[in-house]
Amino acid sequence: MTIENPFSLEGKTVLVTGAGSGIGRATSIECSKLGASMVLVDINQKTVKETLDLLANKELQHQCLVCNLTNAEDVESLCNKVPYLNGLVMCAGINKNAPIPFCSRDKYDAIFDVNFFATVELLRLLYKKRLLQNNSSVVAIASVGGVFKYTFGNAIYGASKSALNTTMKYAAREFASRKIRVNTICPGMVETPFIKSGTATEEQHQKDMESYPLKRYGFPNDIAYGVLYLLSDAASWITGQNLVIDGGSTIV
Amino acid sequence: MEINDFIKCVAEQYEEVDAQEFTPDTKFKTFEEWSSLTSLSIIAAVDDEFGVTLKGDDIRNATTIQDLFDAAKAKV
Repeated sequence: MTIENPFSLEGKTVLVTGAGSGIGRATSIECSKLGASMVLVDINQKTVKETLDLLANKELQHQCLVCNLTNAEDVESLCNKVPYLNGLVMCAGINKNAPIPFCSRDKYDAIFDVNFFATVELLRLLYKKRLLQNNSSVVAIASVGGVFKYTFGNAIYGASKSALNTTMKYAAREFASRKIRVNTICPGMVETPFIKSGTATEEQHQKDMESYPLKRYGFPNDIAYGVLYLLSDAASWITGQNLVIDGGSTIV
Repeated sequence: MEINDFIKCVAEQYEEVDAQEFTPDTKFKTFEEWSSLTSLSIIAAVDDEFGVTLKGDDIRNATTIQDLFDAAKAKV
């Protein structure tokens, strides 16, 4: 007797952006373990190939595509290569800390270009070209920042994630006509190269961790497991939601 | 990048301390108004003015403005 596993991703093709590192890499690896055929997208050829090598179930013919998601021609070319999808996970993002007096338009543009405009444009094209099949699941990685938490120097990043979070709710309503579900995950601080690139010291991170009820930052897999759930048929009745995965940081 | 311009850039991030008080030997983290926001402001201001990205560790390891200037200069 075979027991059906509602969390399985067998038979699904899933595209992940920002697949070369951090949450994108962890998500790609875990999706492949649950049987998904993966399409990895990243701007960095070296790191995305490394992720490709780390995937399980190689017989599923995973592929990686190098793409600068802020470049219209690159994205058009990407769409011409992408197979029909059952899942889309958008992890690509950047940050640069600046207190409000230093938040000039050029800094807003640089961060919004990647975190917001590139993400919603990819979603728009994949939906419009019907590469996102009916009944597929979209997961965007937003943040507790700008949605639930407002820390010093994080205004531009938070605004970009808040805008993304809001747009995904509209997409959830509109895409429901094709039974495409759209959700966001709002992670707290996660141990990735992303946070190491910031301005905070290790001591500041340690002190911040102490403020988390679960006394640690997240691991990339903590977020990946949430993505797996939202991609799977177990989440068939969930759309337009934020899944907060943050070690409890937003309840203090 | 000149030390006097650098001092001016750092001094501008303080609300309550007279700009005249700042010298290369100023222990910039000892003022009462010093906070994590001042630290972020100095990092952002130095980035804007001189195109040098200081890290939190550079601030942590510096005692005087001269120390911070040296750290910034090493990244030019």
